[in-house]
Amino acid sequence: MKGVLLGPQQLKQSLGAAVKVLGREGPIALVTCGWQEREDQDEELPALFGRPTVNLKLYERGEQVLAADPEYAKAHRSRQETLRQIQEFYRLRLERVFDAAIDIDRKAQGSDMAADELRLSFEQIRRIDQEHLDRVVALREAWELQLKPFERPAIAKHRDEIKKLLEGAGTLAVAGGHVAVLLNRFRMFGVVELLDDQHLIAWSGGAMITGGRVVLFHESPPEGVGISEVLEQGLGLHSGILPLPNPRLRLKLDSTFRVGWMSRRHAPLKCIAFDHGEFVCFSRSKWYGAEGTCQLNLDGTVTTGWAS
Amino acid sequence: MTALAIEKVKSGELPVDKFMADNAFPLVEGTRVTFVFRGAADAVRLKTWVYGLPNSQPLLKLEKGDLWHLTLEIPRMSRVEYKFEVVRGGHGAWILDPLNPFHATDPFGANSVVHGEGYHVPEWTQHDPDARPGTLEPWVIKSAAFNDTRRFNVYLPARFRKSRRYPLIFVHDGPDYVRFANLKTVLDNLIHRLEIPDVIVALSGSPNRIGEYADDERHARFVTEEVVPDLEKRLPLLGTPRGRCLMGASFGGVAALSTAVRYPGFYGRLLLQSGSFAFNDIGQQKERGALWDPVVKFMNRFRENPTMVSEKAFISCGMHEPLIYENRSLVPMLQATEMDFRYVESRDGHNWENWRDRLREGLAWLFPGPLRMVYE
Repeated sequence: MKGVLLGPQQLKQSLGAAVKVLGREGPIALVTCGWQEREDQDEELPALFGRPTVNLKLYERGEQVLAADPEYAKAHRSRQETLRQIQEFYRLRLERVFDAAIDIDRKAQGSDMAADELRLSFEQIRRIDQEHLDRVVALREAWELQLKPFERPAIAKHRDEIKKLLEGAGTLAVAGGHVAVLLNRFRMFGVVELLDDQHLIAWSGGAMITGGRVVLFHESPPEGVGISEVLEQGLGLHSGILPLPNPRLRLKLDSTFRVGWMSRRHAPLKCIAFDHGEFVCFSRSKWYGAEGTCQLNLDGTVTTGWAS
Repeated sequence: MTALAIEKVKSGELPVDKFMADNAFPLVEGTRVTFVFRGAADAVRLKTWVYGLPNSQPLLKLEKGDLWHLTLEIPRMSRVEYKFEVVRGGHGAWILDPLNPFHATDPFGANSVVHGEGYHVPEWTQHDPDARPGTLEPWVIKSAAFNDTRRFNVYLPARFRKSRRYPLIFVHDGPDYVRFANLKTVLDNLIHRLEIPDVIVALSGSPNRIGEYADDERHARFVTEEVVPDLEKRLPLLGTPRGRCLMGASFGGVAALSTAVRYPGFYGRLLLQSGSFAFNDIGQQKERGALWDPVVKFMNRFRENPTMVSEKAFISCGMHEPLIYENRSLVPMLQATEMDFRYVESRDGHNWENWRDRLREGLAWLFPGPLRMVYE
């Protein structure tokens, strides 16, 4: 697949530039379900793309499915509650280990043991991340096996309609918003399996969910210190990078400690921060044409103008 | 240390009129704050309610002219409410500082406010035109517990949908929280910023708060067996302990805690601000008066056998208020219960703006918003 990933678009728009870079004619299939109830407030987007758009309306379709198929809706709610609890317990585990890692790092600094202790802490956190990811994916796969969503009439009807809409579109554009809702609706309708050779334009949360791993992050939330957490596997439409939109709001790029932790924790994925309007292009696993964006390096530094 | 401006005035180096024209008052110079009053008087006193400082401190008059002044050490990030007492002809009048435009209001009137170095009014407490306002819906309930009819407002978030499920926060002294702590604006802003989720908030008051909020069984029954079931029946609420929060300040904090103690496990979240958690380890409490007796009895009982009545509790208190001792004393006690709690202190007093300034941290900790999930 070929595509462009972008940062937030509220303060600086670059969707038109992304369309030009890709050079694909024809209408754009649009996913704005991350905006939830505001899904249909997409009037500005055709002008920004310079192309007509057709909204797949995955949020509205999802609501219709939940209303039409009570058995599925009940199972869906139950799964979401389980996932919420798993995420909470994972977060608790992570916070304790992270606090311990900081204490150990402080106490071991300057000693011969420092490097070993730091490595052990990293391994522990990476193991917790991986175990959580495995657990969440296993739960989802078992659930899908049991519920067989694509065979359910309420979903199959919408899948057929989505397939037809995608057939006329050369590009799939995924807006940001609520990443769990985005992932959920993509998977509910198996949208990735319906893609042909469309190009991808994805910004902010849309860029996050279309990669290999979805990581939630905010290093200065109102309730105190924030530790990033793995949410789920992404849709796998691009590989090699972990998109981190809106770093000015969510990351402490001036903290060598924080930058180093983030990048080492998710290596070999490259942590790439996208500020407003910034973007980078990809073709399969090759990344090029970065406009702005910066890479968080393993040593805690930040590099602008990166490319693979 | 550089000389204070008032010292230059006293030495004659700086003319009084220039000093007055060039500065805003009280004059904050690092951690030293100079209070100034200008006018004819027999005496001028600074009246504060800061634990550790005298309630009344005289301002000194310059040898010549009508300038009165007093310099105090006010630590960084402090917020201090005060008044002047101006004595003329043997009669003292309490007035707002005529030179200070900053006032804080409460049910008893208004006070002047001085902001110590580094303190800024949090921007999330002020109206944000981008934040869609929620609505206040009138609610009426016949109370068997009190044998009367109670009326209060219910806050519904801007994007309220009947198809959603919301957490419920029951707020004691709700109208005062709205009026003096900008609670509605704070809710609109925090929801808009995704720092808390959409919530439904019952803003209840009491015609006799000192009586009803002091561990009155009827109040706990009213809230738990009348208000909450009625709201859960008529509004799309989560209806689970983690979706129910009791909140209150001062005696309202006592009411919140005592209601949770009477119905352990029913409320999963508590937000307690400057709770009037008076207790005595020995002897009888006398100094606070008989109105506090039920509170002391309740707290003594709770301290004897502290239990995990709620899953999470956020507790805040001002370092400048006399209740700091009682609130600090809660910490080791709650630690023993395995309750997940956060205790926060601020350099402020027993007042609504102190409680306002802690709302963001408290609400976001008890009810983290979708900020981590939403990337627009």
